Amino acid sequence: MNKQNSQASKLIYTLLAWIIGGLIFFPIFWTLLTSFKTEAEAISASPSLFMFDWTLQNYIDVLARSPYFDHFWNSVVISFGSSLVGLLIAVPAAWSMAFVQNKRTKNLLMWMLSTKMLPPVGVLVPIYLLFRDFGLLDTQLGLVIVMTLINLPIMVWMLYTYFKEIPNEILEAARMDGASIGEEIFHVLLPIALPGIASTLLLNIILAWNEAFWTLILTAANAAPLTAFIASYSSPEGLFYAKLSAASAMAIAPILILGWFSQKQLVRGLSFGAVK
Amino acid sequence: MLKKISMLLLGALTVSTSVSAETITIATVNNGDMITMKALSSDFEAKHPDIDLKWVTLEENILRQRVTTDVATSGGQYDVMTIGTYEVPIWGKQGWLKELDKLGPNYDVDDLLPAIRSGLSVDNKLYAAPFYGESSMVMYRTDLMKKAGLEMPKAPSWQFIEKAAKAMTDKQAGVYGICLRGKAGWGENIALITSMSNSFGARWFDENWQPEFDSKEWQQTLQYYVDIMQSYGPPGASANGFNENLALFQTGKCGIWIDATVAGAFVTNQQDSEVADKVGFALAPDMGLGKRGNWLWAWTLAIPASSKKSDAAMKFISWATSKDYTKLVAEKKGWAKVPPGTRASLYKNPNYMQAAPFAQITLDSIQSADPKNPSVKPVPYVGVQFVAIPEFQGIGTAVGQQFSAALTGKMSVKQALTISQRLVERAMRKARYPK
Repeated sequence: MNKQNSQASKLIYTLLAWIIGGLIFFPIFWTLLTSFKTEAEAISASPSLFMFDWTLQNYIDVLARSPYFDHFWNSVVISFGSSLVGLLIAVPAAWSMAFVQNKRTKNLLMWMLSTKMLPPVGVLVPIYLLFRDFGLLDTQLGLVIVMTLINLPIMVWMLYTYFKEIPNEILEAARMDGASIGEEIFHVLLPIALPGIASTLLLNIILAWNEAFWTLILTAANAAPLTAFIASYSSPEGLFYAKLSAASAMAIAPILILGWFSQKQLVRGLSFGAVK
Repeated sequence: MLKKISMLLLGALTVSTSVSAETITIATVNNGDMITMKALSSDFEAKHPDIDLKWVTLEENILRQRVTTDVATSGGQYDVMTIGTYEVPIWGKQGWLKELDKLGPNYDVDDLLPAIRSGLSVDNKLYAAPFYGESSMVMYRTDLMKKAGLEMPKAPSWQFIEKAAKAMTDKQAGVYGICLRGKAGWGENIALITSMSNSFGARWFDENWQPEFDSKEWQQTLQYYVDIMQSYGPPGASANGFNENLALFQTGKCGIWIDATVAGAFVTNQQDSEVADKVGFALAPDMGLGKRGNWLWAWTLAIPASSKKSDAAMKFISWATSKDYTKLVAEKKGWAKVPPGTRASLYKNPNYMQAAPFAQITLDSIQSADPKNPSVKPVPYVGVQFVAIPEFQGIGTAVGQQFSAALTGKMSVKQALTISQRLVERAMRKARYPK
C-alpha cells in the first residue's frame, strides 16, 4: 500500500514538474515558432502551431540589417569578463567572511545585499557622469566594470554560503601543516568548493548576459551587446513580431546552449548544502 | 619602379583618407521609414567619403530614455538624434540642441509644412529637421460600412462614428465597431484622448496653468470614449496600443480605427493586411466646435549641443530630410514608401498622390493641426496631443492610468477625472507653475 502510494505521489510530482517546466518553456517555444513565420502569420488571430509556411527570411533579414556577431562578441566579453573579475574579488571576500568572521560581518553582508535593493535608475545620473568623465561610455571595459559591481554582492553571498558548508577544521589542518593564506585558498578551499564556484560563475554569466538596463543606457554603437540587438527590433509603430522573435532567438540561443551543457554543474552548485 | 612608388603613394593616400574619415553616431527608432533610411545611407556615404555612419537603432521608449540621459548630461555619445515634436521645443529652449542653420542652399526650408516647421522651431530658429510627419485619421472598412447601409463622410462627427460603430459591430462574428488606444501612457491613450478632448472643447490647463479635468468638456470626452469602447470595442481594449489595434484591423476584427496616418500604408499593404482592398479613410471626427480630434507628430533629426562633429551631422540631416532623398526612396522602394508629412512639394507630386490613397487626408490632417492653438479655448502651452513641458511625461502617464482604469470599469468616469485633477494640481504646484 505504502509502495503504491509513493509511486502515485512520484507520478504526480513528475507530472507537476513537467507542467511547470512546460509553462516556463512555452514563451521560448512560441518565440522560436514565431521566428519562422511571416509577419502576417505572426499576428494571425487564429495562430497555427506547426501548419504554416516555414521561412528563414526573418533570420536572413535580421542578419542583413544588424551586425549580430559584433553584438554577440560584446555580450561574451561583458558577461565572461565581469564574471571572472567578480570572482577574483568575491572569492577572497567570501573566504574572509566565512572563516575570519567578526561582529560586523553579518552587517557587512546585509549592507552588500542592500545595494541590490536600490532601483538602478536611482544612480543613473552619477554613474553616467562618471563614465562620461572617465571616457568609459560605450566601451567594453566600462560595461565589465559596471556588471562586476552590480553582480558582486550576489557572488559574495553565494560563495559565502558555499564556504560556510566547508568545515573550518579542514582549513585549520592546512594551516597546521604550514599553508599560507594563498595556499589555503587555492589548494584546499577552491578544490572543495569548485561546484559552488562554477555555479556562481555560470549564474553571473547568465545575469550579465541578460542585463538590460545598464547595457542599454551606457552603450551606443561600439560596445552594445545582444540586449541592444533585441531592442532594435521592438517597435511601437509597426508589426515586426516575427523579426523580433528571430532576433530574440538569436540572442538567447548562446546562453541557452551554455545553460544546457552546464545544467548538471549548475543544479549541483545551486543545491549545494540545501539538503543535509 | 615609378609605378610601384605611385601605387604606394596612392595606397598611403587611401589609408590616410580612411583614417581621417569622421564617424558620426546616429540614434534612431525602429520603424519602416528609419529602416529604409539606414538601408539607403550608402548613397550619403558615397557622396561624402569623408564621413562614416554608425547606427544605434532602438525601440522608441528606450531611445527616449537614452538620448534624454545623454543630452541632459552632455554625454556626447550621439551626433544625430531622432527625437519627436514633444522634445524639440523643450530641448531647444534648454540649449541642448544645435540650431540647424547650415542645411545648405538647396535644402528649401520653406518647403517644410508650416505646422511641422513651427513645432520644431524656438524663437523662429529651426532646431530639428522633420524626417516624417503624421497626424491621426479615421480608417474604416468600406465593405462593413456598405453592409450597414451607411456612408462615411469625408469629415465625420463623433456622433456619426458612434452610429457607424454600432451598426458595424457583430460580436458573434468577432467584428468590433471601433478600435481605439486603451493602453495607459502619455504617448498611448493620452495621445488619442487629448486629441479627442480638443474637439470636445476641453483643455489640459487654463491660461493660468490650472488643470481643467473637472470641466464638463472633459466629462463629455471621457464618457464618450468609455461608452463607445465598452459597447462596441474589442475585449481587453485597455491593453491595446497602436500595434495591437493594427493587428486587429489587419485581420478584419475592427470596423473603424482612429489612429496615426502612418497606419494608412500598413492597412493597405497587400502582403500583411487581410483587408487591404477594403479600407477607406476620413478626417478625424469633430463635435462641430471648429476643432477636429487629430494630433500632430513628427520624428525629427537633431544635433545635440555636445556633439563635436556638428558639421558632418548637419550634412547628414540635410541629406536625409531633403527632396533628393524623397526621390531616392521613390526610385529604390517606390513612391508609397516615401516618408510622408514633411514637405509640401511631395503632395504636389502626382506619382505620390496616386501611390498613396491616404495622402490627401494626411496632408489635410497635418495642415489642420495647430500646436499653438490646439483646443477651442486658448491655452498657455504648445502641443496638440501633449503639453510641451518636461513634467508632461509623468503626469500624462499618471492620468492615462486613471483613464485606462475607467475603461476597464475599475472606476467611474467621474472618479477618474477627480483623481486626475488632484494629481495634476499637485504636480503643477510642485513644479511651481505658472512660471
